[in-house]
Amino acid sequence: MAIIGRSLTKRFGSFTALDEVSIEVAAGSLTALLGPSGSGKSTLLRVIAGLERPETGTVELDGVDVSGQAAQKRGVGFVFQHYAAFKHMTVRENVAFGLKVRKRPRAEIRSRVDELLELVQLAGWADHYPAQLSGGQRQRMALARALAVEPKVLLLDEPFGALDARVRKELRGWLRRLHDEMHVTTIFVTHDQEEAMEIADQIVLMNHGRVEQVGSPRELYEEPANEFVMSFVGPVNRFGESFVRPHDLELRIEPNGETTEGKVERIIHLGFEVRVEVQLEDGRDCWAQVTREEAEQLELAPGESIYVRPRRAKVFQAI
Amino acid sequence: MSARTESLPRAPAVGSTGAGLGMGFATAYLSLIVLLPLAALVWHSGKAGRSNFWEAVSDPQAVSALKLTLAVSTAVCLINAVMGTVVAWILVRDRFPGQGVVNAIIDLPFALPTIVAGLTLLALYGPNGPVGVDVAFSRTAVVLALLFVTLPFVIRTVQPVLLELDREMEEAAASLGAGPLLTFRHIVFPNLFPAILSGVALAFARAIGEFGAVVLISGNLPFKTEVASVFIFGRIESGDAPGAAAVSVVILLISFAVLLGIGALRRWTTRHDRA
Amino acid sequence: MHKWVLRLVGLSYLAVLLAAPVGLVFWRTFEHGIGPAWDAVTTPAAKHAFVLTIIIAAIAVPANTIFGVICALAIVRRRFPGKGIVNALVDLPLALSPVVVGLAFLLLYGRNGWFGNWLTDHGIQVVFALPGMILVTIFVSLPFVVREVVPVLREIGIEQEQAAATLGASGFQTFQRVTLPAIRWAVGYGVVLTTARALGEFGAVSVVSGHIVGKTETATLHVEERFRSFDYTGAYAASVVLALLAIATLLAMSLFKPKEATR
Repeated sequence: MAIIGRSLTKRFGSFTALDEVSIEVAAGSLTALLGPSGSGKSTLLRVIAGLERPETGTVELDGVDVSGQAAQKRGVGFVFQHYAAFKHMTVRENVAFGLKVRKRPRAEIRSRVDELLELVQLAGWADHYPAQLSGGQRQRMALARALAVEPKVLLLDEPFGALDARVRKELRGWLRRLHDEMHVTTIFVTHDQEEAMEIADQIVLMNHGRVEQVGSPRELYEEPANEFVMSFVGPVNRFGESFVRPHDLELRIEPNGETTEGKVERIIHLGFEVRVEVQLEDGRDCWAQVTREEAEQLELAPGESIYVRPRRAKVFQAI
Repeated sequence: MSARTESLPRAPAVGSTGAGLGMGFATAYLSLIVLLPLAALVWHSGKAGRSNFWEAVSDPQAVSALKLTLAVSTAVCLINAVMGTVVAWILVRDRFPGQGVVNAIIDLPFALPTIVAGLTLLALYGPNGPVGVDVAFSRTAVVLALLFVTLPFVIRTVQPVLLELDREMEEAAASLGAGPLLTFRHIVFPNLFPAILSGVALAFARAIGEFGAVVLISGNLPFKTEVASVFIFGRIESGDAPGAAAVSVVILLISFAVLLGIGALRRWTTRHDRA
Repeated sequence: MHKWVLRLVGLSYLAVLLAAPVGLVFWRTFEHGIGPAWDAVTTPAAKHAFVLTIIIAAIAVPANTIFGVICALAIVRRRFPGKGIVNALVDLPLALSPVVVGLAFLLLYGRNGWFGNWLTDHGIQVVFALPGMILVTIFVSLPFVVREVVPVLREIGIEQEQAAATLGASGFQTFQRVTLPAIRWAVGYGVVLTTARALGEFGAVSVVSGHIVGKTETATLHVEERFRSFDYTGAYAASVVLALLAIATLLAMSLFKPKEATR
């Protein structure tokens, strides 16, 4: 189901969380709301869910204006960063909750819950309490709970933020596979650009309550609209008005007329990638990302002279 | 009432001799002030043989006082369970001018002497009261007095739990289609219930022993409005200390049993925390 | 809207039960002007009653404070057999009827009590005299400092004290400079509660005091005595003084209260 938000503004006291934000999400897609803390991404998600009322603007779900509707009528599934598990209910009761509210027959509830627990791989934990589950399990339960009522749209608010790195990566890929199977329109909020880049079809990058850029991960990386987008989505070296990605910085032993001279400060070996920190002759620092082979070929050592040349640079017009 | 175990010390907080002295003092203090009088009470209740204990306890006036006390205390606890939750709710979830003042005066029954409490209730709801309501010398008066002194208990046990309650659980319930009433019934109330039970236990223990607030307004009419504590007082004044002690022990046992029961119920309702 | 119904129900309950009665007593006291009220509270009997109440509190509160801190430290920081019993004994005063408390002390220190004969032989009068009243007041106000300090001690853990020890502090220095400052708000709150309880005690002192006007009457007993003598102005006036003390206690409680109970 397609989602359209038009000119949404939300204030908390004197703080403006959303400033005339508009957004379009295609039906069946997986969209990431990406941005630093305070950028308004969670607020936008909650406005779409109906958990917050915006000052101005409208929200349309499949062409229907739902701006006046409370959260319980919108048919959205919501997953919280800290799971919001009903701690006094078993896993089974948690997942069944939405169906109970809709007064489905008991047999139907039972089979649907079993089905979902299989899907999220929690089948043996049905009669346990959330307190007995790990963080990753609790989040899978929360997902099953949200999916139980067949929501038209699935909204996830930093769903993996409270989990440790390894579990986060696992669940991230798992979410993508789940989405590919179920094709429910999904929006998830994250501050982790790697996460967004890895699984989203479309990224909405936000900052200070405004949308900076909307596009596929590749578009945001290759054609960033401004400095903020470029530096948020990947590492960047700044040369005056020019911005250069570390892997676009070529290192040469001999100058060739286009290069700038510098001195190797530090060489960091990060597995298959090598980071070379260089101080240029005018005192500025930058770093280049080269492969192991390149580093070996150049026979780099700290203190040696090196010549750098940007292969690709971006300059942004001041608007 | 957490189930956390005591932390084992690595270094004593006070030096060893100091600690020893302190412990000795504390033990002596506790024994002298609490343990010995209690022991004397229990011993004297059995004095003059078994038959006198049973005689004292099965005296019709005593039985009536006990029944009245239990009935009224139970009623008061039920009212407190409901009203205490309501007041805690409006103090935590609502915002209105003067909220801070209201929050502070909840503790008035803790601070006000019970005899003064009874007097104030009598002034307003007794003969010569300005609103024309006169409940003096009735069971209503007893209920009123007990409601006053037990007012803070449920409120103060529910407030912190309500404050800590994860609002996201309620939002999750809303996103799953539950309206405010369903959300309260299935999500909020089950999480408040243990706290309500704790408050009720405290209120019950206080109610069955209350004396000062009741003694003026109830009229202390035997078989009608005489509660157990007043009956015991009467026995003491008549010089029948063993009789008074016997009834006291019965009350102690009853309240002990009730508190154990409430405690067990509370542990059962929080089993999901200890899983 | 649910909100307004709840507000109405909750606030009316509090008004009917708390605010109105207390307000009325103030009104009734000063109905005939300040003069009669002032006279009622400054009779010799009344003055003696208030002085006696303060003396009793002045002994009970410090005693329970010292005991309370030591007991809390013992409960949280030490292992010893019978800790459950200690906890139960400390909580007992909250569960016992004040009349039963008075009775227990009568049965211990009274004429036919366990220590009765020994005391009579040595000419020491405990019941129907000040010592008995002090003892029961200590009993009923015993738990508060302990119960307030125990959770705070648990909360702060022993790491700070261990740190002090590694830095060379002696046991007493650690207590004085690390533990005590950490618990002082809890102690303060406990002291306020203890004082309120001590000042307001009625049932237990009623049993052990003998009600000797001008000698063994506390302020609360004085209120009852005036009421029973149909001197309503006297009863209300004394009540107002006690109510003012109670309000002062409430203010002190708000100052010391460990947690915010409203948003």
